[in-house]
Amino acid sequence: MSSAPSAQEILSTASTLRWQVGASVHDSLMEALYTEAARIADKAVTRSGEQPKFDLDRTIDRIVTSRWAGFPIMLALLALVMWLTIAGANVPSALLASLFLDTIYPGLKSLAASAHFPWWLSGLLIDGMYLAMAWVVSVMLPPMAIFFPLFTLAEDFGYLPRVAFNLDRFFKKAGAHGKQALTMSMGYGCNAAGVVSARVIDSPRERLIAIITNNFAICNGRWPTQILIASIFVGSLVAPHWAGLVSATAVIGVVLMGIGFTFLVSWVLSRTWLRGEASAFSLELPPYRPPRILQTIYTSLIDRTLIVLWRAVVFALPAGAVIWLVSNIEIGNVSIAEHLIQSFDPFAVFIGLNGVILLAYVIAIPANEIVIPTVLMLTVLNARLAGVGSGAGVMFELDSMEATADVLRTGGWTVLTGINLMIFSLLHNPCSTTIYTIYKETRSARWTAVATLMPIALGILVCFLVAQVWRML
Amino acid sequence: MSTPNQTSPCATCPAHRVANLTKLGVDMSNYDYVVALAGNPNTGKSTVFNSLTGLRQHTGNWPGKTVSRAEGAFSFEGKRYKIVDLPGTYSLLSTSHDEEIARNFLLFGQPDVTVIVVDGTRLERNLNLALQVLEITERVVVCVNLMDEARRRGLQVDDRLLARELGVPVVPTAARQGEGIPALLAAMAEVATGKIVCRPYRIKSEPPALKRGIEQLTSRLRAAYPNLPNARWVALRLLEGDPRIVEAVQTGELDSLAAGQATSGERSSLTIVPEAV
Repeated sequence: MSSAPSAQEILSTASTLRWQVGASVHDSLMEALYTEAARIADKAVTRSGEQPKFDLDRTIDRIVTSRWAGFPIMLALLALVMWLTIAGANVPSALLASLFLDTIYPGLKSLAASAHFPWWLSGLLIDGMYLAMAWVVSVMLPPMAIFFPLFTLAEDFGYLPRVAFNLDRFFKKAGAHGKQALTMSMGYGCNAAGVVSARVIDSPRERLIAIITNNFAICNGRWPTQILIASIFVGSLVAPHWAGLVSATAVIGVVLMGIGFTFLVSWVLSRTWLRGEASAFSLELPPYRPPRILQTIYTSLIDRTLIVLWRAVVFALPAGAVIWLVSNIEIGNVSIAEHLIQSFDPFAVFIGLNGVILLAYVIAIPANEIVIPTVLMLTVLNARLAGVGSGAGVMFELDSMEATADVLRTGGWTVLTGINLMIFSLLHNPCSTTIYTIYKETRSARWTAVATLMPIALGILVCFLVAQVWRML
Repeated sequence: MSTPNQTSPCATCPAHRVANLTKLGVDMSNYDYVVALAGNPNTGKSTVFNSLTGLRQHTGNWPGKTVSRAEGAFSFEGKRYKIVDLPGTYSLLSTSHDEEIARNFLLFGQPDVTVIVVDGTRLERNLNLALQVLEITERVVVCVNLMDEARRRGLQVDDRLLARELGVPVVPTAARQGEGIPALLAAMAEVATGKIVCRPYRIKSEPPALKRGIEQLTSRLRAAYPNLPNARWVALRLLEGDPRIVEAVQTGELDSLAAGQATSGERSSLTIVPEAV
């Protein structure tokens, strides 16, 4: 063979030789590789004495992945993280709100007045866009700044793979990937982040399931709605000293319901449009590592909190403008918002909600954070309450929970409305940021539509059923 | 060390050399060398990546976070480096999407240095991958990371012995604490600039029939592609019937790969598909 062989010759030589060397090429190669690796490692590593740390890892693992303690520990940690987030966010949220609403807002208003802005311009810019932005920042920033670092600390420590390990058999039964537990946990912080994290799942089928069901993990923007409504309507059903516990239980109940829907929808999808077996995967349980607290706080603030916040602000600005416009543009002396509320009302009341809630969810699609302020503003506008709030199209928050409760009751709210709002807050379309992210990740308008519309359909169905049962009782 | 002085012994100490590190983040223009970061999942590749580039690629204590290639840059002693953080894999046999990305980059991306990050507490399993990488590319630095954890468990890793066995520089590090990063940088620079020539360990313990087959095919490959740096590895893959490598031979991709190596610097323009849904 004097001349250089062609590609075809080489391939034919390879296939001839393949027959000669036998079918065990792969096995022989792997065997040689493993033998060499073992030999070198054996020479290079020396062990001095016992290894207490390794036993500690094993002991922790035996507890956190055990059949009887694994789930209670997971729930307890979830409850602890939620409690820290909710309790810790109150004070900074109030500070930010007072800065944005009590100091900057009047300042901007008087500035606009001295610059002789027409009323509609200062209304649109300040009452609409600025207030929506201020709301999102003051309500969203503190809980995210607490939740994300806590989550990252758990991740840095090494707890997350154990969660995936615990939940794996359930996801497997539902025909989904065990790593969906990781994407779901991420969704409790932010669904958009959860959708992106579904990249850790290799199989496109299981990845789609993880993306579509991520919305069933209540994100940070929905926690305030859950907690406020649970406290007003569920907590008030029992004696005051039980109220806190009962309303917290109601919130955890909604979380568990979301997990139930995650499994149910995954199961249905994996038996219908996304048919297939759950793929096996090996998830290594890494050693526990002492978390680097300062670095974690820094990076999770920069990378997660601020990026998510920025996107929410970008979406909140136009939403604020829309809210202001529908409340202030009048057709026949009645604002567009009121027209819409009245046209939504029959259907909304039929499924145990009301027109205000439906309209609020349509307007507040950019960010779940602005649902409650929008609901309050629309309720006051619609019921024409005097002396409450700050005028048409101006989002506001009341100082006390009692005041909020009074406004809502005057607007015709009942315990059923409250419970169904909590359910609808779980089961409705993802926010526009998440929808956009789903499209970017799946590159499919069809699956984006499924992920957007399916939760609404479920929400309407479940709210309807709850309303039927409620009215029969 | 605030006033660098050429005559002082500081100029040669590693602590001074790290002062020459400029983290360039995502500015990857006009790089002189390409560095690939390979290794098993959860060995701290992304942590090493972050400490070199100053980027904040998300790290976390669970395997499989780095889902596609992440790229960044730094400059060290006047040379600009582009660094690619590959997804963590246990092998390079291309059985999963991650392995495909990592392997294709090592083979077709032709990095100037490949840093294999291995877990000092699980050396044996990590060496499986390291030995496979050494089959593909010669210019390698092995970074034995998580040395802090190894110490906590009473493990001692003899890095000199490891370097002798593997035939490439070995640097012990604890990247989370920034320990050993200056030495890693120095070793990387020396391999990239050719100051250190690696003689990577190649497995010789195959059964005789297989060995003959490999030798025969390797010599054919060398005849066809005189500049192919990893003919033996390609021969192995062809013997196993690896479809991706068969394709590379058919389409002439291997040709351009060998040619790229010859002119050194002209890189194969092959793009590695980062993700497919």
